[in-house]
Amino acid sequence: MKANKLRQLVDRVKPQFEKGGKLSKLHSSFDAFESFLFVPDKVTLRGSHIRDSIDLKRTMTIVIIALLPALVFGIFNAGYQHFLSVGQAVTFFSWQAFGFGFLKVFPIIVVSYVTGLGIEFIVAQIKGHEVNEGFLVSGMLIPLIMPVDVPLWMVALATAFAVVFGKEIFGGTGMNIFNPALLARVFLFFAYPAFMTGDRIWIAGMTKGAGVVDGFSGATPLGELAAGHSDKLQDFMTLFLGAIPGSIGETSKLAILIGAVILIVTGIGSWRIMVSMIAGGLLMGGILNLVGANAYMEVPFYYHLVIGSFAFGAVFMATDPVSSSQTQTGKWIYGFFVGFMSVLIRVVNPAYPEGVMLAILLGNVFAPLIDHFVVQANINRRLKRATIKV
Amino acid sequence: MSQMFSSKNLKLLTNPLNLENPITVQVLGICSALAVTVKMKPAFVMALSVIIVTAFSNLIISTLRKSIPVRIRIIVQLVVVASLVIIVDQVLKAFVYDVSKQLSVFVGLIITNCILMGRLEAFAMANKPWESFIDGIGNGIGYGWILIAVSFVREFLGSGSVFGFPVMEKIGAYSIGYVNNGLMIMPPAALIIVGVIIWIQRSRTKSLIEKE
Repeated sequence: MKANKLRQLVDRVKPQFEKGGKLSKLHSSFDAFESFLFVPDKVTLRGSHIRDSIDLKRTMTIVIIALLPALVFGIFNAGYQHFLSVGQAVTFFSWQAFGFGFLKVFPIIVVSYVTGLGIEFIVAQIKGHEVNEGFLVSGMLIPLIMPVDVPLWMVALATAFAVVFGKEIFGGTGMNIFNPALLARVFLFFAYPAFMTGDRIWIAGMTKGAGVVDGFSGATPLGELAAGHSDKLQDFMTLFLGAIPGSIGETSKLAILIGAVILIVTGIGSWRIMVSMIAGGLLMGGILNLVGANAYMEVPFYYHLVIGSFAFGAVFMATDPVSSSQTQTGKWIYGFFVGFMSVLIRVVNPAYPEGVMLAILLGNVFAPLIDHFVVQANINRRLKRATIKV
Repeated sequence: MSQMFSSKNLKLLTNPLNLENPITVQVLGICSALAVTVKMKPAFVMALSVIIVTAFSNLIISTLRKSIPVRIRIIVQLVVVASLVIIVDQVLKAFVYDVSKQLSVFVGLIITNCILMGRLEAFAMANKPWESFIDGIGNGIGYGWILIAVSFVREFLGSGSVFGFPVMEKIGAYSIGYVNNGLMIMPPAALIIVGVIIWIQRSRTKSLIEKE
């Protein structure tokens, strides 16, 4: 009954937003809310089309579901790390940790969505096109790749930058060259380095430094490694499970693995990119192992998969269907390149403790070029086969 | 006198400010626009130097235009521009040494500034001295105001000051948690800001938008 009432309400106000109605300027906003609440009644009228139950809304929803394990774990971890830093013993999966973490993480999510969707709605009204679901995933990815102690106004600013300069300028969802969520992070990384790196920002409340236990270090494994403390590196299992400092969603590789399975089973994330990126990272790690010029290079190559945001980047960022390569061969090359560069930047360049973000953006730049050559090679191969005899 | 400031001549002065702006429309002289716009003071001095050099090189080349052999005209133009740039550089070193230090190599690089060669080739070689002089000033100002606009944004957001005056500190922005934007100090920020200026300009003047 309730749903019907809502349906009636929507139907009653609908004519106002149609062409010629009083509020026709807000048509796309209305459209967005209607298709959010109900299955849209628009169907193709004629012609043959390939039909698939997967549309943009479903795709985005599945990605959000895949992100949930990482998010929930991130919330627990935010609380757990905080209590650890002030010297209170709480178990990891406790309501205390969840409650505290939730109060820290939830505002970041809200700010990200309100800013991003706000801009999307405004632009849609001005340009007169539909509000689409493109920001649903970006809006969730942005909080997950932020340090938990980041000031909220910075999140808002970065989101605005990413949506305007990463997406709307190129023509909106599906036209962007770069991954918008990563653009938000890279903006903050260069604009406010003091709030995006270091050994305090990863623990909720540690930036202000109140009540932090003496000798407690909030440095991420990457931070420790970049500072030359490779002896402080946790063992593989700890890093894999992820009760360590880091960006909100990146720490638990187990949670990310669950997300990866969801994405691969539903066919939404490209397993080619994930596999080739991991291969690229392992190869570069192996090469650096052989070189072994310093302690960082001697970190066993498989560790690179579980420290920093390599796993998160491989599963959720590099696989972005818009900014990655489109051809199948291209996906192998693209993923491999990103993985290879990630570990190279991470280990060799001390100014950038985490190379995954920069490597994926670099990969985004090269993706169209890779596609071009793959397509061209295919054309040449087929031309050779089809020689015209005179 | 009225001849000298006819509406046609005034157009030479005002067109480069907007519709024929060397930076935002012709996309010339981008390199120095990226390099010297971190602070307003160097940008202002740079703008002034370029105005002087474009104006006088246009004037001199236009005066000589009939006696310059066509085949070696580029060399002659370069000699004139280089001499003017050296004079400007020496004056800067003598009177505003600290700014000259900040501008470093970029004053010398005015010689290779595309706007200069562009104006000499496209205008001064074919027009009378007075028109060429006005055209030089117009293009110099067209270049200069973009430089100052970009440097205003970069200095205000990146260092929290305007012309070296610490605005953000005076209004107490830092005490409520405001932080300077480090991205604005870096060269890419200038590209983004120039891009935004072009964006605004094109959305205001539809005639600049190319047909597909």
